[in-house]
Amino acid sequence: MTTFDFLLQGLAVALDPMILMYALIGVTLGTAVGVLPGIGPALTVALLLPVTYGLDPAGSLIMFAGIYYGGMYGGSTTSILLNTPGESASIVTALEGNKMARAGRGGAALATAAIGSFVAGLLATLALAFLAPHVVKLALIFGPREYFALMMLAFVTVSAAFGDSALRGLTSLFIGLGLALIGIDGLTGQARLSFDVPQLLDGIEVTTLAVAMFAVGEALFVAAQIGGAEDKVHAIKGAVAMTREDWRRSWKPWLRGTAIGFPIGAMPAGGADIASFLSYGTEKRFSGHADEFGHGAIEGVAGPEAANNAAAAGTLVPLLTLGLPTTATAAIMLAGFQQFGLQPGPLLFVTSPDLVWGLIASLLIANVMLLVLNLPLIRLWVKLLTIPRHWLYAGILLFATLGTIGLNPSPVELGMLIIFGVMGYLMRVYGYPIAPVVVGLILGPMAEQQLRRALSIAQGDWATLVSTPVSAGILALAVVALVVPALMRLRGRGAVLAQMAGDED
Amino acid sequence: MTTRFNAIQRRPDGAALIVAVVLAGFGALLITQGAAIPDKGGYAGIGSGDTLIFVGAGLVLLALAHGVKAFVTGAEAVPGQRVAPLLFIVGGLLCQLVLLHPLGFSVASGVLFALTAAAFGKRNVALTLPIGIVFAFAVYGIFDRVLQLNLPGGFVEHLIYGG
Repeated sequence: MTTFDFLLQGLAVALDPMILMYALIGVTLGTAVGVLPGIGPALTVALLLPVTYGLDPAGSLIMFAGIYYGGMYGGSTTSILLNTPGESASIVTALEGNKMARAGRGGAALATAAIGSFVAGLLATLALAFLAPHVVKLALIFGPREYFALMMLAFVTVSAAFGDSALRGLTSLFIGLGLALIGIDGLTGQARLSFDVPQLLDGIEVTTLAVAMFAVGEALFVAAQIGGAEDKVHAIKGAVAMTREDWRRSWKPWLRGTAIGFPIGAMPAGGADIASFLSYGTEKRFSGHADEFGHGAIEGVAGPEAANNAAAAGTLVPLLTLGLPTTATAAIMLAGFQQFGLQPGPLLFVTSPDLVWGLIASLLIANVMLLVLNLPLIRLWVKLLTIPRHWLYAGILLFATLGTIGLNPSPVELGMLIIFGVMGYLMRVYGYPIAPVVVGLILGPMAEQQLRRALSIAQGDWATLVSTPVSAGILALAVVALVVPALMRLRGRGAVLAQMAGDED
Repeated sequence: MTTRFNAIQRRPDGAALIVAVVLAGFGALLITQGAAIPDKGGYAGIGSGDTLIFVGAGLVLLALAHGVKAFVTGAEAVPGQRVAPLLFIVGGLLCQLVLLHPLGFSVASGVLFALTAAAFGKRNVALTLPIGIVFAFAVYGIFDRVLQLNLPGGFVEHLIYGG
């Protein structure tokens, strides 16, 4: 069967009325939560995970994917109308989009963001569908050493390559790796760091850690800031539509943004932040309106928004085909898969093709739904921006604890939520990134298992790790990604890297 | 992403030193725990304990780097933080933890809701507590009854939803 047949088969799954319903609920919830200020896609997915606990795997994964895409759309609305972006990938959108909103062109900015996200989401999801089977074939020849090398690369890009300090990123990563060691060793059954507390034998739940660090930590951080005045929402003047001139200036940035975003998301090279930043730089160079940048250039909204949605679809390539999460959001999605006993990876395409292709097909449908939700209904979402902060964060914390209580209503689990929440707050105050902790927690045990398997096969010979060109090449790339940014920072070029970092994506 | 303005710095960075101590402590814990696990390396040559030692060693190295940085770079200005809202939120979470099983999800979460609202300046508990309890009760209804999440119920839930 060709990809096209699989995709048609997937569409048949996705067009089932119940599944359509799940997708619609997913995108609606995702948009609603994503619009709320201060909530990025990672937190959106983590907060809404409990909604899917009671459903069957297919329905819940599809709802989940809808939440992910919806969260990405919702974030752009926030960053255009408020100056505090809801997601770090939208920081760049805020640069130009907020200026446009101030100049009374908010409608056009929202329209180009929504249509650009649609175009990018559609193209990138199709690219995902056509690329995935090839990566799966590649993945089947990958052995433990290649997986280990890929994970090393993911560790470096998520922690050290971008951001203002490799030391801080690596510290976050190692905290995550250390926390990951709590519990039973998957290979030998040896209990580690459990200190005779039975609840610790299961290890630390990724969702508990993610919700604690992103939701509780963020709420504590926002509450503790002095003089944190509420941000003014810019009213949308005029229709949410674009003029002929806007269309003419937008379509090329959409396509360029997609072309930049998808490969960056698909490689373990960091997430949507970097894609939207690169797209912004590209648009600044290519558009004939360089002087307008910084004062509300529509290209500066169209390109980065397309890039960030394309990257979101791109991160699904390593997640679905290799089981490799490269962003915090993907790590939480992986945790969502695992709660149904599904391990994403090449085998999933063989054992549950209906599920995988149904998921990919519903992403296409979700995109269409999101366009409808975001263009005519945008004014409804904007109302959510005016919720006063005390109600907003009270509600966020209630939902944050709901997920933990629903999974495991034990005082130990809630205690961990509080401890990690305070840790997330302190890390925010002192500028340590959060995403590496979450990625380290979920990827750490996987990397350990692959390393020990690879060494078992080679009877303890460490040279096996670099004995194939693929694994040696990936490891070399990881070293380059660690060393080159360090040199750039030493030579005073670190500002560029600092700009490309985000708290989460 | 926060921008920091580095003033002229002379004092060693106290925060970095504390981070160094915490990292070193965590690293030392991992190393001693790892060393205590009998070696089951088998064919791989590395076993359950060795990963602990490796990550622990990484943490100790990062602690050293923090220690060096504390003296070389000096203190960075961190914006002042308000403590009262932090206490309200952490207190709310602790109240929920303690009250969850005796009083049930709605009341415990209502307290969390009210205390969080207080942290953000809405101190009128006579208003926020009932709103929180009603909101949490609605959430309980949706998630426990419709979405089959198993939330601990108390007298309020049992009285209205029955068991």
